[in-house]
This record gives sequence, C-alpha cells and structure tokens, in this order.
Amino acid sequence: MDATLSIDELRISFAHRGGTIEAVDGVSLRIAPSECVGIVGESGSGKTQLFLGVMGLLAANAELRGRIRFEGNEMVDTAARNRVRGSRLTMIFQDPLTSLTPHLTIGTQLAEVLVHHMGLPWSEARSGAGRMLERVRVPEPQRRLTQYPHELSGGMRQRVMLAMALLCEPSLVIADEPTTALDVTIQAQIIELLRAVRGEFGMALALISHDLAVVAGLADRILVMYAGRIVENAAALDLFRNPRHPYTAELLKCSPSLSGPRFARLPTLKGLPPRPGEKLEGCAFAPRCPRAADRCRVESPALEGTRSSQVACHFPLTA
Amino acid sequence: MMRYFFTRLAGAIPTLFVIVTLTFFLMRAAPGGPFDTEQSLPPEIMANLQKAYGLDQPVWTQYGRYLKSLSRGDFGPSFKYKDFSVTELIGQGFPITLKLGVIAMALALLLGIPLGVFAALHHNSAADSATMALAVVGIAIPSFVVLPFLGLLFGVYLHWLPVAGWEPGSIRHLALPVIALALPPLAYIARLTRGSMLEILRSHYIRTAFAKGLPLRTVILRHALRPALTPVASYLVPAVASIMTGSLVVESIAGLPGIGRYLVQGAINRDYTLVLGMVIIYSTLLIGMGLVVDLLYAWLDPRVRPVK
Amino acid sequence: MRQIADDAVRRLRANPAAVLAMFVISGIIVVTLFGPWLNPNNTQALDWLHLAARPSGENAHWFGTDRLGRDLFVRTLAGTRVSIAIGLVASAISLIVGVGYGAVAGYVGGRTDHLMMRMIEILSGLPLIFFIIFLTVIFGRSESLLFISIGAVGWLTMARIVRGQTLSIRQQEFIAAAIASGASTGRIIIRHVIPNVIGPVVVYATLTVPQIILFESFLSFLGLGIQEPGASLGTLIAEGVGEMEAAPWILLIPGGFLAVLLLCLNIFGDGLRDALDVKEA
Repeated sequence: MDATLSIDELRISFAHRGGTIEAVDGVSLRIAPSECVGIVGESGSGKTQLFLGVMGLLAANAELRGRIRFEGNEMVDTAARNRVRGSRLTMIFQDPLTSLTPHLTIGTQLAEVLVHHMGLPWSEARSGAGRMLERVRVPEPQRRLTQYPHELSGGMRQRVMLAMALLCEPSLVIADEPTTALDVTIQAQIIELLRAVRGEFGMALALISHDLAVVAGLADRILVMYAGRIVENAAALDLFRNPRHPYTAELLKCSPSLSGPRFARLPTLKGLPPRPGEKLEGCAFAPRCPRAADRCRVESPALEGTRSSQVACHFPLTA
Repeated sequence: MMRYFFTRLAGAIPTLFVIVTLTFFLMRAAPGGPFDTEQSLPPEIMANLQKAYGLDQPVWTQYGRYLKSLSRGDFGPSFKYKDFSVTELIGQGFPITLKLGVIAMALALLLGIPLGVFAALHHNSAADSATMALAVVGIAIPSFVVLPFLGLLFGVYLHWLPVAGWEPGSIRHLALPVIALALPPLAYIARLTRGSMLEILRSHYIRTAFAKGLPLRTVILRHALRPALTPVASYLVPAVASIMTGSLVVESIAGLPGIGRYLVQGAINRDYTLVLGMVIIYSTLLIGMGLVVDLLYAWLDPRVRPVK
Repeated sequence: MRQIADDAVRRLRANPAAVLAMFVISGIIVVTLFGPWLNPNNTQALDWLHLAARPSGENAHWFGTDRLGRDLFVRTLAGTRVSIAIGLVASAISLIVGVGYGAVAGYVGGRTDHLMMRMIEILSGLPLIFFIIFLTVIFGRSESLLFISIGAVGWLTMARIVRGQTLSIRQQEFIAAAIASGASTGRIIIRHVIPNVIGPVVVYATLTVPQIILFESFLSFLGLGIQEPGASLGTLIAEGVGEMEAAPWILLIPGGFLAVLLLCLNIFGDGLRDALDVKEA
C-alpha cells in the first residue's frame, strides 16, 4: 500500500546574514497509513522544521529542496498542498494558549474549518464542532463553544487543538510536542486521548517530542534525529531494547527509571549538540560519542539498513 | 460591560468639571481684561461695561452664575463679538468644524489601516518602502504647509478645486482642507498598523490559522486584524487632538467658518467667555473620545473585558 | 558603550535615506550661517523698486521679495536660523527636564513615581496648542511665553522613556551585584545605567527637534509666536499664504525650506532609531 507521507532527501535551509543555515540535511522517511511514528530529538535537531516544511509553514527566508508526497500527490505544488492542508493533513502545536486566536470564540475557531473545507453553513459547522468536542472528551462542550481560549485550562485547550485537527477526518495528524507545555498529570491525559483517538479515527500520527517517555506509549516506530538528520529508524520496542546508534543509547540512559537505584547520579550527555547551521566534518555526533574513531570524524555515515531498521553510524551498537 | 461604561462616564464628569473650574479661575486671575486691548476708555464707560457683563461682581458670584447658565446650555455673551452670544457663535461654527474633523478622521482610518496592512504583507518590497516613505512625508510636514501647497497645485494651477471659501453643503470646498488635515494621522496610522501587523503575523496563532488551511484573506481579516489594531486604538485620542489642532490652521487658511478661528481670535482679544466655551467643547470631545477608545479596547481584546 | 556606538554608526551608514538627510541638514545649516554674507540685502530693508518681485538676479533678490519689498533670501535664511536655534535650545531644555524628571521618578519609585506619572498622563491629554492659547489669553502675546511653552513640548515623552528605562535597570540583578561588590553609586550610574538609557534618549532628543520646530512655526503662523517684524518660517509662510495666487514664491520658498528641514530631521531621527534598535513609543 502506498505510504501516506513520503519524504525524499529533504533539505531545508535558511538565508541568514549572507550565509545559509541548514536545519534539515537530507531526510528521507515514510509514514504508512494508520502508523504512529515518533520523532525524537533535541531542540535544534530539525524535527519541527521538517514537518513545518511538509505543511508549507516555513518562514519566508527558508529554502526547501527535495521531494514530499502526501497520499501520492507532490506537495511542492502549492495548489495540491492547499487542498489537503487543514483537512486531510493537519498539525497541532506545542503551546495551545499562544496557538489559539485570543479574540475569537472556540466555536468560531472550530467551525471555520468545517465552513472552509466542507462548505457547511455556520450553524451546521457549529454543531459539528460541538460533536467533535465531545469526542475529544471536553466536558460541557456547548458551553465551551462560546468561550474564549483564555477561559479554558491548558489541557482543555490542547483538546480543542486536537479537535480542530480531526474535524475533516485527516489521514495524517502531526503533533509537535503536544504535551511539553502541560503539567505532568495533564500530559498523561493527552497521551491517553491520542491513543483513544487513534483507535477511533484510525489516522496516521507523527508524534514529535524531545521526551522519549511521551513517544514510548504511542509510537509503532521511532525516528531519532540529530543535527538535521535521521540517525536511527526502528520499531519502538526494538529501539528501546536494542538501540543501535550511540546517541539513542545515551538518550535512553538519560531517562531516569523508577526501578533504578535512588541516589544514583543522573547520567547526562556531555557536550552540546551542534548549533543549527554549524558545518561539520564527518559525523555530527562524533564530538560527544563515546565510541568515536578517526573514521567518524572524517566521513559522515549514511542511513543504512533494512526496511524495518536503519541506522547512520560507522560503528553501530549490536544486540 | 454597560456597568464598566457608566463607571468610566461617571469618572469623566468630574474631570470636565475640574477643567471648567480651573479655566474659569485662571482667566479671571490673569492681569488685564477683555476691554484693555482697546484704546483706554473713560472710567465711567469702563465701569458700565464691567457692570453690563457682570465683571464687577465678586469672582465666586461670577463663577456661580456661569455654572448656572452652563447648565442651561448658555455659554454667555461674547465679549468681543458684541452682538452674539458664545452659544450662537458655537452653533454656527461647530457643525462645520465637526464635519471637517469627522471626515478627516474617517479618511485617516479608512485609508491608513489598509495601507498599513498592505505594507506589512509586502514587507521589504518596493511597495513597502514607498508606502513608508510617503508616511514619513505625511508625518513630518505640517498641515499649514501642505494645504497651501495643495491649494497652489490643485486650485491655482490646475483649477480643479477651490482654494478657499465656503458654501453651505459644498463638498468641493472641503476637499483640500480635509486631505491636509487627514494626512498626518493617516500616515501615523499606516505606520502603526504596519508595525503591529508585522508582529502579529509572527504569532503562533496565525501559524495555526494557516495550518488549518484558511486562505490569506480570512487569516488577515478574521485572525490578524483585530489584535493588530490595538495600537491604533491607543492612538485615536492623540489623533483627534492632532486633528483639532490642525483645524485651527486649516480653517484659517481655507476661510472655513468653523469654530477654530474663535479660539485663536478669542485668545488674541482676551474674550473670556469665548475661550472658555471653546475649551469646554474641545475638552468634552477629547474626553468623549477617551471613553470610546476604552470601549474599543474591550471589543478588540476579550481578555480585557470584565469577567461575567 | 563604544560597541553600541560603533554598531549604530555602522547600521546608520547602511541607511542611504538617513545619510542623505544628514547631509541635507548640514547643508541647510551651512547655508543659513554663511548665506547672508553672500547677499548684500538685510532682513528689514524695503526695496520700493522691487515690490513682490519674482526671484531673479536683480538687486541680488535671488528668492524674490515680499509685498513690502523685503528680500526673501535673507529673510528665509534668517527664519530658518531662528527655527533651528529654537529647536536646538528648546530640545536641550526638554532633554534636561525630561531626563531629570524621569530619572527621579524611576529611581525613587513608589508613590512619588505614581504621582509623577499621573501628572504626565494628565498633561499628555491636553493638546498643547490649547494650553498655549490659554496662556496667551491670560498673559497676552509675548516672546518669553513662547520660549516657555515651546520648552514644554517633548519633555513628556522623554520623561516617560527615561523613567521606564530607569525602573527596569534598577530592578535588574546586575545592579544588585554591582552594589554588593562594592561599586560606588557613581560608577554604577556611569557603567550600567547610562549605556542602557542613552540609546532611547538620543533618539528621542533627535526626534524632539522637528517637533519643536513644527510647534514654533505653528504658533508663529497663527500669530501667537514670533511677531512682526521678526522673521520665523512660520510668519513667512503666513505671509506667503496671503500672496499665494499673485506671488507664489513667497509661500513656496519658506514652505519648501520648512518642509525639507522637518522631513530630513524626521528621516534622520527614524534612521537613528532603527540603528540603535529602539522601539516606537
């Protein structure tokens, strides 16, 4: 079956003070229908820019090269993209307070999606909005429709954002750090909601996060990004049990475990990730890699492997 | 919301009262009087004049009488234009000044805001630079230079519009004065809107609106415009003040029989009641505008509204 | 401090409009200072043979003459001189008063600050012209009144800005750190407060000059400022309006001077503001 989202050798760079900054440096990936893919990486790894590029929401000084296909259609064609954006291909963002228009009611912000994409009259659109709020488990949905974003709690706002993304039965929802701005307890609720929604709607989900724990509960497959590239691509369980890239291994070590020793020192990754735009010789992770050898500092490793498991490393970890 | 409005209204009345009182007493306290500027009159005639205008009474009595007549809507007699009461003079001139000011303000908003939005959407292009260049010209050059220049161009050389004069109900005579009056606030509003719009367009919620697939027109008109207008709302009161100030010159140059000339002439002639009447009118307008702006803020940003 | 200045100069140089404006302003100043030496006429002399004459070489009436036969070249230059002088002096006064007021309000804080800012709010609400007219009614027309009232322009914004900056700086931790490390108040002011305040102050001082020149011209135009036979761009323009149809140069030349002067001052001020990265008030 055709992949829902198919990206080939995508490069995104920004013009800046006479030079360019590479945010995404040759990324290829496939998301199958109904698949949940987790994209993990530090800030600056390019994970958000990658999907902003897919949606066509990059800043004006950005340059995008490569191929993006959504449900078989080339997305570089603006008309094709506009047809699906907001309806079959949707995105929800990190901070629901600043991501919702402060002077419009929730009802208006939801209904306008249906009005624009489905051609519904406003009254019907509002009813549709109310029904969607029920499906995302927002209490008192009718009351919410007349309220403004600042009158809702953080968790409810995120549910509203999710509702906005689901209104037109999308094939792919991109969720960019959906839980980062929320309290831990609310985080769990939202993750639970995402799981339920996936079951009900059956859409594909691209879940972006810097937090492996968030991704662990939902993803079928996980992509690890570093310095604008994918460094590992594996099924979720495999990744956790047998990480192949040293960076992935270090990331896993950094997540504290409830069952571990109580007063042990929390392991950290020494050093810093490269700044966006910093040009590097060889593997970008080499400066921080405990396994780095001379070859790593000179030659940049390509992403290689089977369909189900790929890694970009000269000396990947073995099981 | 209504309660908020009435609270503000109630607060405005004492302000007006204070202004009237201060003005009154300051004027009476000043050296000299309205009849000093003429050739020295024989003392008896002076005394008679003082009596006729009630100037021989103690100050407090005069104040009381003035307030009483104000409550009846009577601003008192003009000291200089002896056949007219201030109320009559205001009645004749105010409609013209009001017309001039309202049209100018409307023009400034109706042209300035779209111009600012346009410049913001074409940021860093030639159109943007051109618009902003025009804005600097509009802001820098005063109306008493612009109007005569326009008059020379369109009136004397091209003969398209009359340079000065007035006929009741005429639009042609108002055209150039309105343009000259509207230009500075128009330019300022365009600049404000552009700056504000540029900032709003970088907001996360605008990104969400685009992510929802909404077309540019909808995003701008429904999502971006209202928050972008907050600085313009803040500017409205200074804009009205600017138009009021400008009208003094514009009326004088264009020979329009509005109330602006009364203020200046009243000052030069020391015509107490006239100046007092003018001050009251202008202050009321400004304070009224302030109230309107407060209401406007609440409409523009729901977060400001008092909680239900 | 050095760095801020260097940065600003670099950015300013990259702004062609601002640079041009600066040259034009300098040019005008030079011409007004030295121009009259080149022309034998004086500002009051009446030339009966050349009443309202067009600009020409005759009798060195390069800008023509007005209705009374006075040479427009020297009068325009004199008027420009007056306007610039008033602009600079009154700006300096505004600067001193505004910075003083704002610094005190910001530094003392609390109720005093609140009170002082309320005063400014009330004063800002009044259109200045009405206040001036008002004073004219009381005290009659006089030139000292003119100076006082003109000095009143512009210090309000300056005070607001300085107070805002002072407040935010006072609260910043590096001040506490400096005090804790034993730095004297003077040193703190010089090394920390001033560099942060100086940007906006310079910009607004520069933008106050055209404001004041405009205001003075406005008053003179109305007859409330500089009086006959003194020459100010405002009075010259007022004359010019009267002669507009018959002798347009009497209007165009002083009007043009004022327009160009104000335009360039504004462009330069804006450029300075962009260069020093100060937000619009």
